[in-house]
Amino acid sequence: MPGVDEHETDTVRAARADARAQAGRTARAMPYVPASSTPFPPPDVDPATLTWAETVAPGNYTHKALARGTRVRFTDVTGEACAHVLLYNADQPWERLNVADTVKISWQAYLTAGHPLLSGDGRVLATIVSDEAGGHHDALCGTSTTAANDAKYGHGGSAPHGGTPSGRALFTLAAAKHGLGPRDLPPSISFFQGVRVADDGSTSFTGGAGPGTSVELLAELPVVILVANVPHPADPRPEYVCGPLRVHAWRDAPTAPGDPQWDSTPEAHRAYLNTADYVTARGW
Amino acid sequence: MTGILDPASYAEGTVLDLAGPLSGGEVTVDEVIPPRAPWSAVVPAGHVLTLVDVGGNQSGDCLLYNARDTAERYSVPDTIAWSGNVYVRTGTVLRSNLGRPLATVTANEIDRQDTIGGACGKESNTLRYGHHTLSEHGCRENFLAEAARYGMGARDIVSNLNWFMNVPIEADGTLGIVDGISGPGKRVAFRAEMDVLVLVSNCPQMNNPCNDFNPTPLRVIVTAGPPDGPR
Repeated sequence: MPGVDEHETDTVRAARADARAQAGRTARAMPYVPASSTPFPPPDVDPATLTWAETVAPGNYTHKALARGTRVRFTDVTGEACAHVLLYNADQPWERLNVADTVKISWQAYLTAGHPLLSGDGRVLATIVSDEAGGHHDALCGTSTTAANDAKYGHGGSAPHGGTPSGRALFTLAAAKHGLGPRDLPPSISFFQGVRVADDGSTSFTGGAGPGTSVELLAELPVVILVANVPHPADPRPEYVCGPLRVHAWRDAPTAPGDPQWDSTPEAHRAYLNTADYVTARGW
Repeated sequence: MTGILDPASYAEGTVLDLAGPLSGGEVTVDEVIPPRAPWSAVVPAGHVLTLVDVGGNQSGDCLLYNARDTAERYSVPDTIAWSGNVYVRTGTVLRSNLGRPLATVTANEIDRQDTIGGACGKESNTLRYGHHTLSEHGCRENFLAEAARYGMGARDIVSNLNWFMNVPIEADGTLGIVDGISGPGKRVAFRAEMDVLVLVSNCPQMNNPCNDFNPTPLRVIVTAGPPDGPR
């Protein structure tokens, strides 16, 4: 970054020239617009179909309204990312991720490929369609709060402008940018860091799956997705450890008859049927 | 149908045990929640709510809110992350979405209480059991109806507690609602750490064992807590 003495901003014209001279710079974490200009193009994807490309900094967040049939790939660049995710029906956002239904209806607490991410309205918001991270994910511990981060990392840094921002603080901002408020932040899920449960109910942190692994979500409805990239709340390390999160998304097709997840279980089958029924009624 | 406290109103062999409060102090609330019905009250800070499983293995779905600002509400993941355990037992602090204590479990007469199984509902029943169950009443409907009395709606209904429900998680992550480990007159009690709005749905589910396929009443008793402390 240039020092303050490198800017000439004593007049409006000079300030305008100075501002415009900043264009074209790059940062380690930034969106790539248009998405096809990503410096990290997925080798298996036609760049022309990309709709979202971004690197999210540790302790930062992103969000997007996505079309039904969008495939989103999250990549844990260093093995230290933790993508906390919330999903909403973009058109009727009071329909949103319901973590309890997501695990109970699937009879499975641990998330991996094939798991439908359910709303509380009996439909699928998105499906986990690929998981290179071997289930290093979590549907039990949610994200961090200011109170938790203050207790763990010391007071004062848990707000978005601090050095140890909490997932909830970042979700609050991401939600606000879609007209959603603090009441609209239900329990979230996280990718790339997880826990396992012992017989006595105690949880143990698994950590990540190593650098370079990806997980993919397929939007089954038009969705708003909120993503906070912050340490997992069960991460026992006393330091705020988090790595960059890469996001790419492209146009694909929603789950349909013949796809393996369409009738992977009786419960998932009826969830996809309900989703298709909703889409048909909407005339989409 | 005879009275809700008449065993003849329920499946053959039903035993009803109203028990009593698990905490001392003046009784400020003492009500029976009929089968399938919602219930709510504000419990002041320091007061203790005892829930009695009158007929045994009757799930009491429960949500808590900061009574002064209901945007702060019970959070399953914060409760689990802070306690390091997915089951709720004596001593478990029931945390809000801000990580703050809403209530503390002060007594519990079964091995463990559930907070990962969520609430049943009409739409989710269609996934779990088939579309023929859509007409059946659910806890989500009870929560929505009761929350509406306080100006709250769908976005205020989040993942909940299930008193007296049994949800084991196996080593590979398989989980589900199985036969209960409670019985007639078994109780749980929690002390409000702030003024809390408590919503309870006496679960109407008839398609799994969370109510022993025999919905029965719950008794809710609120006591002012000390001077004589827990009983």
